[in-house]
Amino acid sequence: MEYKTCFHCGLDATSANISYDDKPFCCNGCKTVYEIFSANNLTCYYDLQKAPGATPKEVVGKYIFLENNKIVEQLLEFNNDDIQIVNLYIPHIHCSSCIWILENLNKLNNSVNASIVNFGKKTVRVTYNSQKTTLKELVILLSSIGYEPYITLEDYSVGKKKTERSLIYKLGVAGFAFGNVMFLSFPEYFEVGEFWLEKYKHLFRWLMFIYSLPVVFYSAQDYFISAFKGLRSKILNIDVPIALGAAVLFIRSSAEIILDIGSGFFDSLTGLIFFLLVGKFFQQKTYTFLSFERDYKSYFPIGITKITDEDKEESIQVYDIKKGDRLLIRNEELIPVDCILIKGNAHIDYSFVTGESKTITKQSGDKLFAGGKQINGTIEVDVLKSVEQSYLTQLWSNDVFKKDKESSYTTLTNSISKNFTIAILLIAFIATGYWFLIDSSKAINVFTAVLIIACPCAIALSAPFTFGNILRILGKKKFYLKNAGVIEQLAKIDTIIFDKTGTITSNKEASINYDGEAFSSLEESLLKSTLRGSNHPLSRSLYQLLKDQDIITLNDYQEHTGKGIEAQYKEEYIKVGAASFVGQSEETTTLNTTVHVSTNNIYKGKFTFYNAYRKGLSQLFNVLKKDYDLAILSGDNEGEKDNLTKLLPPKTKLLFNQKPEDKLEYIEYHQSEGANVLMIGDGLNDAGALAQSNVGIAISENVNVFSPACDAILDASKFNELSNYLKISKSAIKIIKWSFVLSFIYNIIGLYFAVTGQLAPVVAAILMPLSSISIVIFTTICTNIISRKLR
Amino acid sequence: MSVIYVLLAISIVVAVGFFIAFILAVKSGQYDDNYTPSVRMLFEDELIKEKSNKSILTKKD
Repeated sequence: MEYKTCFHCGLDATSANISYDDKPFCCNGCKTVYEIFSANNLTCYYDLQKAPGATPKEVVGKYIFLENNKIVEQLLEFNNDDIQIVNLYIPHIHCSSCIWILENLNKLNNSVNASIVNFGKKTVRVTYNSQKTTLKELVILLSSIGYEPYITLEDYSVGKKKTERSLIYKLGVAGFAFGNVMFLSFPEYFEVGEFWLEKYKHLFRWLMFIYSLPVVFYSAQDYFISAFKGLRSKILNIDVPIALGAAVLFIRSSAEIILDIGSGFFDSLTGLIFFLLVGKFFQQKTYTFLSFERDYKSYFPIGITKITDEDKEESIQVYDIKKGDRLLIRNEELIPVDCILIKGNAHIDYSFVTGESKTITKQSGDKLFAGGKQINGTIEVDVLKSVEQSYLTQLWSNDVFKKDKESSYTTLTNSISKNFTIAILLIAFIATGYWFLIDSSKAINVFTAVLIIACPCAIALSAPFTFGNILRILGKKKFYLKNAGVIEQLAKIDTIIFDKTGTITSNKEASINYDGEAFSSLEESLLKSTLRGSNHPLSRSLYQLLKDQDIITLNDYQEHTGKGIEAQYKEEYIKVGAASFVGQSEETTTLNTTVHVSTNNIYKGKFTFYNAYRKGLSQLFNVLKKDYDLAILSGDNEGEKDNLTKLLPPKTKLLFNQKPEDKLEYIEYHQSEGANVLMIGDGLNDAGALAQSNVGIAISENVNVFSPACDAILDASKFNELSNYLKISKSAIKIIKWSFVLSFIYNIIGLYFAVTGQLAPVVAAILMPLSSISIVIFTTICTNIISRKLR
Repeated sequence: MSVIYVLLAISIVVAVGFFIAFILAVKSGQYDDNYTPSVRMLFEDELIKEKSNKSILTKKD
């Protein structure tokens, strides 16, 4: 048969055999979306991008909580009599077609007044008439066309966020003033005693003074504040000499023009602040589509259905869940609290929590932990604990999450700045003392000149430009860092701790080992045909991994939830499932997941599932073991221990059965012994460890979907590149050190002019930008050279 | 030479004018999303095409 792909979503549509308008579709859902679009003249959607859509998911009942006005109120950005504005996060936004269709929402629902997409943030801001439609209808409409919004508890607790733009304003003010001051100060550079210059220079000077006021008091205020804070806590950070230099520049320049003894250094002053802010701006690379601050709130639901005593369904807020409540969890819904299963078939997917993608089957009466997703049909549960007290969410009450990680480290620049500041002050006082004896009129002049020229503009720029550039390069290689500080921390790492499931193992693949009597060919095809009918995840993966067989039509087929399946074909009878179901007493207790098979009531053997490790894992460990202490902390049992010891270098520590708190404590212990720990994890159960570690990296198969709070997000496909990324961070530190050397040379040249009392404004005006620009060029070239080695 | 006062005044007015324009642009959120507008402006063609489609349909009727 000819291979066809779905016109809507691009998936394989060969076997589905659904077509409409001569176009193939993979499922009825995709076809329906196409029908909606073509009925509304919106088929341009498919012209902009080939197969841009997503299969709409079943949402019946999922958004009932949006009927609760209290919840809706919290989600709205603006709410008037008949106009409501809501900002929805839609993970599927990925191409120009998405923007186009979402901005044409009013064609599908005419009560929508406007919808504006922010592509970077993957959000759509919808303004609609609340008299004619409701938020629930809107969300259902979006879901029905494959753009299901992601509404979580996080939207609920956070107030209306204000976008932070002060840096752009400050940069704008400084740039504006810098340009104008340069323009006004230029005539005086050459000290030609021309008539008209003599006449107008006072006016020019006072204009420059006025321009520099907003720069000093607005643009530069962060440096003064930071310097003041640093001094108060007795730390000489890099902002101290900067603030000192800027203040001296401003005071001396003002004094010069007031006393009419010179033109001042307003050009250098505004230029200095402008370059520093450019550096700050460059370093502030943010990935708007990623979030590094997520906790359980970003994926817990807002509302849940409660079954009241009168057996009625009522949607309530998650925070209102009380112990003893009876809840209804629908298909694809998340379990927000620890509870006991009362009714229904529970297949829980804990992949958010543990990184394990296999679902777990639970029987009525079993305990369910918060964070799992129900996969198969509706279940009813009794609540054991409220949201904050559940097993998983309790982790967030740990103090680690309240600590500000960044402020607790001294940066390279600040550690240099301490000695630098002391040295500069010493030089200034010695030179002043010397001139006081020789020519006291020049003493003050020299003192201020030293502080001006020593203002560590180049030093302050080295780190932002190096880190900013590395940040961008790594971002292109799918290693997203939260901020520049992370690079410095990465370079200091000496211990690396890995989580197991989902981190060093891959979710997508698994390997199977068969252990027992060989099957006859008839039995093999019977087994394959039996598995075909089952939707259990283990059957699905076993089905995928078995060889292709002729599919036979079964005479009898029965599935027993939580036990296994049995089927009959002519005289052959097969049972697949748990050991007890197949008739094998469970004496061979293995720790791995197994599926047992018997035919005609004779036990044949078992399939054992093993984790499939990521490609290049043992290579990566062999490279890393030379420079780092390695350890694996797993929340799982010891089933994989033998496998791992074979695969990994012998010194690697392996620890199993680690609870989330254990992981955190393990890292804390090592840190107390002086180790700098890098934690690599993926699920919510690693969140504590990621927060406690010096650098926490979250591995993610799809960076848009979910990752716990961390310092960096690494795309899973780049896992084996980790050692190179660590090397890059070390090289970055070297580059910064070299650019410090370079800027010291500039400082020494400048200091020569300053100490000898011949610092003219024009010298400062040349030296300051020259040093800054050459540092920027140096770091840019170097970072590009070292990153060339990256694949 | 007093023309220089006039020139200075003009230069300041122009500079401040652009500065205000910049502030207003930032305030209106122009710098918050610097990708979507670049795509959005390409959609105008599609909208026209849609209208013409409709007119063809009505003609057929």
